[in-house]
Amino acid sequence: MIPVCPLADLPTGESVRIDTAPPIAVFHADGQLYAIDDTCTHQDASLSDGWLEGCLVECPLHAASFDLRTGAATCLPARRAVRTHPVTVDNGMIYVHHAAEEGNAA
Amino acid sequence: MKSVAVIGASLAGLYAARALRSQGFDGRLVIVGDECHGPYDRPPLSKDFLTGATADQGQLALADAEEIAELDAEWLLGTRATGLDTGGRTVLLDGGRSLTTDGLVIATGATPRLLPGPAPAGAHTLRTLDDAQALRAELASGPVRVVVIGGGFIGAEVASSCAALGHDVTVVEAAPLPLVPQLGDTMAGICSALHADHGVTLLTGAGVARLHSGGTENRVTGVELADGRLLPAEVVVIGIGVRPHTAWLADSGLPLDDGVLCDAGCATPLPAVVAVGDVARVNGTRAEHWTNATEQAAVAARNLLAGSTVATHRSLPYFWSDQYGVRIQFAGRRLPTDTPRLVEGSPDDRSFLACYERDGRTTAVLALNRPRPFMRLRRELARATQPAGT
Ligand SMILES: Cc1cc2nc3c(=O)[nH]c(=O)nc-3n(C[C@H](O)[C@H](O)[C@H](O)COP(=O)(O)OP(=O)(O)OC[C@H]3O[C@@H](n4cnc5c(N)ncnc54)[C@H](O)[C@@H]3O)c2cc1C
Ligand code: FES
Repeated sequence: MIPVCPLADLPTGESVRIDTAPPIAVFHADGQLYAIDDTCTHQDASLSDGWLEGCLVECPLHAASFDLRTGAATCLPARRAVRTHPVTVDNGMIYVHHAAEEGNAA
Repeated sequence: MKSVAVIGASLAGLYAARALRSQGFDGRLVIVGDECHGPYDRPPLSKDFLTGATADQGQLALADAEEIAELDAEWLLGTRATGLDTGGRTVLLDGGRSLTTDGLVIATGATPRLLPGPAPAGAHTLRTLDDAQALRAELASGPVRVVVIGGGFIGAEVASSCAALGHDVTVVEAAPLPLVPQLGDTMAGICSALHADHGVTLLTGAGVARLHSGGTENRVTGVELADGRLLPAEVVVIGIGVRPHTAWLADSGLPLDDGVLCDAGCATPLPAVVAVGDVARVNGTRAEHWTNATEQAAVAARNLLAGSTVATHRSLPYFWSDQYGVRIQFAGRRLPTDTPRLVEGSPDDRSFLACYERDGRTTAVLALNRPRPFMRLRRELARATQPAGT
């Protein structure tokens, strides 16, 4: 379980990158929190820098798009999904549960 | 339309094939490419592939086996198109074969400009996977002196990769400053300063007279400049721009002028012949960028299937470059008279965002290591310059 930041510091539409290995991006989209691997599966852009639209994030380098709910790549040039990670809020604090740690890596 | 041939099996050709299929074309699709490799991505060749960070050639593939199967195309790889008959329907292939189709997509890209005369061993250009492998192999055998001729984006990326590998690198640029046509004086100056940050020598206003070579292998030994200076080198990389691959179309009746001339929908004056990517001069402009090739492919496919220009390509130009750990991104259409204004960050930190302005309007945006605000501005700019309804 990795503490991210207070929920109050991540308003809707914002994202934050945490320096795990590999790094994870946490998004606050439309009242819902999501965490995915931060590195685009196409090349090496950081998805936390991407453009958030609904449940989709667009990569800032070549505009591949990923579904935050499933991690699936929804448009080229990315073809592989990013891993998703469970997120919880406890006492106003956001936590990411690293998928590999929990033993449920996709 | 029962059959389409795509000539050029790289980025624009593959994206055109994809677009044809996704737009409902279910006829015979033939893809001809003179390289023996399936479609692969070129941008990493001067970056991670050269440094070895992307060691595996499979990582460069633009399509996986599953997608290749889904495309249901006939691939003629290692096959060069040598001509196109005036009717525009029969493509002549090397080895005396030919291919007759209803529709044709020209996606033959561009090839590096060369210095006059034969190139000695140790002198390289960088366009193809084979080029990159040859250069990488030479750089692998310990530190050498590398002279990069040309300070444009490819030259700068090669210099950066060679420096990262521990080589002694000099960049020779004929103009007073590299990258001025793309970025203008001020911003070109800032980007060119990255070389010195990393111990790479940049010689500007320096024309190349000739390469020196010798020994039994006739290997390059140095670069002689127009002013008589001699730069000793074991490896030379020539990055002085490209010219579009149009020689095979010389007798086709297609209008050629630094590219295949097409309308804003990538359509040539010949019926059912479209051109895309680096080889295409679309509505007066030829671009040599990744995103342009992918976007044009979708537009061209649509017009090819429609039989006339029903869609045009006018999205905002965009390119990126990675040098010395700095990601450079640029979007927009700037004129030499537009003035750059710093919006955030600082050139000293090699991390900033700048807008080019004309009469108080933003025409283009440039970022060094500022992907997020760049993306916001790029989108705003795209919206502002897009005519309503498209
Ligand atoms: C080293 C390198 C780094 C780059 N980095 C960047 C970057 O960072 N950012 C960016 O925006 N862009 C970059 N680019 C540019 C980008 O890769 C090109 O714009 C893109 O590849 C153009 O695609 P294309 O399909 O039009 O042409 P190409 O990729 O050149 O493909 C054309 C294909 O057609 C084949 N062909 C040519 N003639 C014939 C013939 N007669 N018969 C059959 N086949 C033929 C060629 O062999 C080639 O395989 C880079 C390019 C290079 C070379
Ligand atoms: S790195 Fe994300 S789309 Fe290319």
